[in-house]
Amino acid sequence: METIFFYLVALVAVLSGLLVISCKNPVNSALGLVNTFFCLAIFYVMLEAPFMAAIQIMVYAGAIMVLILFVIMLLNLGTEVRKRYMHSIAGSATAAALVLAMIVYFVKNGTLSGQVGDVTSEVIANYGHTELIGKALFTEFLLPFEITSILLLVAIIGAVILAKKEA
Amino acid sequence: MISVYHYLVLSAILFSMGTFGVLTRKNAIVIFMCIELMLNSVNLSFIALSRHLGNMDGQVFVFFVMTVAAAEAAVGLALFITLFRNNETIEVDQVNLLKW
Repeated sequence: METIFFYLVALVAVLSGLLVISCKNPVNSALGLVNTFFCLAIFYVMLEAPFMAAIQIMVYAGAIMVLILFVIMLLNLGTEVRKRYMHSIAGSATAAALVLAMIVYFVKNGTLSGQVGDVTSEVIANYGHTELIGKALFTEFLLPFEITSILLLVAIIGAVILAKKEA
Repeated sequence: MISVYHYLVLSAILFSMGTFGVLTRKNAIVIFMCIELMLNSVNLSFIALSRHLGNMDGQVFVFFVMTVAAAEAAVGLALFITLFRNNETIEVDQVNLLKW
């Protein structure tokens, strides 16, 4: 049952991804991307990471996509009327296929290794996923978390300065 | 039963689709959206591996990737607006001032 559901959602994700890279109108691409984000949020729930699913929908499908759609409509970019809205399809397809083949080769032949932790399904059910994330974020990763706030501040100032009209 | 390999292969498919989009499209905003697709496929493999290994670090990393994506969206879209104001286009093959 779970396997069928996985394949169904994966199919929807891949099809919406194809929509993103093939639609002529940027608004349609953006809607396909929103659909992909929702599919990925479903996968995060299946991987017992509900907090990640929530911020996937709130940050990506909510904030970032609204920003992108807003800019598309602000610039009033219609459908690209010229004949070619894509270029160098053969070379790019070769490059993408090479990337795919390389990753699948390594996934198939390599062995998974890494630092094994003690977070099991029972631990997540007992403590809650959000609490575990928060504990990691505010103890072990406190310095990167604070640096992130500086990054966001710099990004906001940069965006305002770039986008404002010359005085 | 779904293993971590299913998620890794799905993530690889999404990543290569994003690569294809970045290399073929001309509209800068669509290229930007393809980059978001690639970032998200990497996030999926991070969370799948984190779940597989029982380690929370991967999910914290996804948190930071999302922050960087938000900052990138803000700065990138401001750049596109400036570009459009100066050039009346955001198609990448018509922006060739620095091209020799």
